[in-house]
Amino acid sequence: MLIRKHPSVMIFLALLAVFTIAVTLMSEAYGSGVVPTSTVKTLGKTLCLALAAVAMDLVWGYAGILSLGHMAFFALGGYMIGMWLMYARTGEIVAATLANAPIPPTAEELRQGITSQIFGVVGSADLPLTWSFAGSLPMQLLLVLAVPGLLAFLFGWLAFRSRVNGVYLSILTQAMTLALSLWLFQNDNGFRGNNGLSGLQNIPGLTEVPQSVISIWFLWASALLLAGGYLLATWLTAGKFGSVIRAIRDDETRVRFLGYPVEGYKLTVFTISAMICAAAGALYYPQAGIINPAELAPIASVYLAVWVAIGGRGRLYGAVIGAMVVSLLSSWFTGGRAPALDLGFYRVEWVNWWQVLLGLGFVAVTLFAPRGLSSLMDALAGLRPPRRLGADLGPDVSALREKEAEA
Amino acid sequence: MTALLEVSGVTKSFDGFRAINDLSFNIGTAELRAVIGPNGAGKTTFMDIVTGKTRPDRGQVLWGERSQSLLKLSEAQIARAGIGRKFQRPTVFEDQSVADNLTMALKAPRGPFAVLRWKPSRASVARVAELAGEVGLADRLTRKAGELSHGQKQWLEIGMLLAQEPRLLLVDEPAAGMTLAEREQTTTLLRRLAETRAVVVVEHDMDFVRRLNCKVTVLHQGSVLAEGSLDHVSANPDVIDVYLGR
Repeated sequence: MLIRKHPSVMIFLALLAVFTIAVTLMSEAYGSGVVPTSTVKTLGKTLCLALAAVAMDLVWGYAGILSLGHMAFFALGGYMIGMWLMYARTGEIVAATLANAPIPPTAEELRQGITSQIFGVVGSADLPLTWSFAGSLPMQLLLVLAVPGLLAFLFGWLAFRSRVNGVYLSILTQAMTLALSLWLFQNDNGFRGNNGLSGLQNIPGLTEVPQSVISIWFLWASALLLAGGYLLATWLTAGKFGSVIRAIRDDETRVRFLGYPVEGYKLTVFTISAMICAAAGALYYPQAGIINPAELAPIASVYLAVWVAIGGRGRLYGAVIGAMVVSLLSSWFTGGRAPALDLGFYRVEWVNWWQVLLGLGFVAVTLFAPRGLSSLMDALAGLRPPRRLGADLGPDVSALREKEAEA
Repeated sequence: MTALLEVSGVTKSFDGFRAINDLSFNIGTAELRAVIGPNGAGKTTFMDIVTGKTRPDRGQVLWGERSQSLLKLSEAQIARAGIGRKFQRPTVFEDQSVADNLTMALKAPRGPFAVLRWKPSRASVARVAELAGEVGLADRLTRKAGELSHGQKQWLEIGMLLAQEPRLLLVDEPAAGMTLAEREQTTTLLRRLAETRAVVVVEHDMDFVRRLNCKVTVLHQGSVLAEGSLDHVSANPDVIDVYLGR
């Protein structure tokens, strides 16, 4: 039903499957080895970022809420899974060391050992209360969704109930992510301060499996999650619910007079989107290997908005295209692999100039292609607006003008 | 006749200016009423108060058989209670099709989760088609609302109001920007609607009010100046003063 109404979903899923299989066949673990493991990891991470962009498109492109703090939910998801990864992995190491002792270690000794291993770096000897469930994977997986979901719900409830809108809401979301980041930077609140959580690429119980294999597994998981998130977002935006949230984006007051509880809708979309973001983050950070409070810096969330804008907001595949193109280009340019441009009098080193290029690209897209890169898809599909040569679209002068309709 | 809407002693000031001053009046369950008055008489503020957009400083607004106070309800709750509002400027969702606009307005549960579960049924599709037919947009169901003409947008908005099935319809200057033929149609429609529900038309075009041929309430400086048939109120010296004597 969903697919019949939205053929783009089928195309998207097919492309995603082809991409995943192609990377697998070229990987070091399962194929020819053309694609190095580090690239596989980059691609897997990019899929997670694309899912975050889909979540961003849901709140911004569809519901009109420009959240500039969405990466906070992404990072929180990463922290939640990171706690288990670090705790369980350290547990294995501590158990291995203590196994040589003449008397087998008690559970308490094991716990002490893990605590001093993890928190020695911030000078703490007690396991913080927030780590109570760190030993249990199901609990931490639940928290991956629950903690960011609850934060988004509380934040949204306060903000939407007081009818904070537009740029003020964006500023509030920035303040939220900044405050959270500063809080996490402190050493004494149980998240290891600016050290963050590290060694996340070592999956407990899979010590024997080489990273080249694990990276492929994560690529598959990321692709599956992206497909699931994309389907969920399509389902949300396809029916009457999607109709209502787009209406809220365009004219909130009118929707209220139709009898729809606008705040409830915003809160629902915001919370769901935060949870999608968190799930993406929970898969991203094990591939990145490390997470620290800098990941919650406001700039990260601004980038997310830029990806969606460049890809084309209000279209889910636009968000995916934007995130993948921009973040892959970004890692190519900043990775030092892009050949420097020699102008004779000046050598353009892309590591330094990439941001300028991105900025110019952003301006160009906003000015010349308000629909973003996804308008290229329109061109491919022949979905061009008919040439009316300036004639009115409707039967009289107050109808949309050709120029307006293009935007 | 019992009152459907009872406004009593309502006062609202904006920065010391009394937009509504001790306003009281009733509307019956199936009644067509025109509210007229010069600019600044408080017509729009009155509508804002009834629909929950503005909270009055004093007074009461009671609704329905159970005399429920509307002052504590949100705009959305008031709309769900059965009060529909037609704005002066046609406000339809231009980015969505005529059918989507109408479907959104159809009377159905409004909560986010109920709407997520909602699926178009044969009945809902038929109702949308019927409504579109009623407002003369039957062949434009799949067009984007933004592509309609001004008059057609007005009609679409009226169709959306009908879809809501309100018990009280507040209509702000329906005739503004309409051609003569469209006005004729609008008059007929409003009169027909008032057979089954209450309709309040805010208007300052006397000619249009005459066509409606209904009870008229004249507002001036935020309170009721006169009430009765159009001939009755236009014979009232105060009304003549307000309208002509300046």
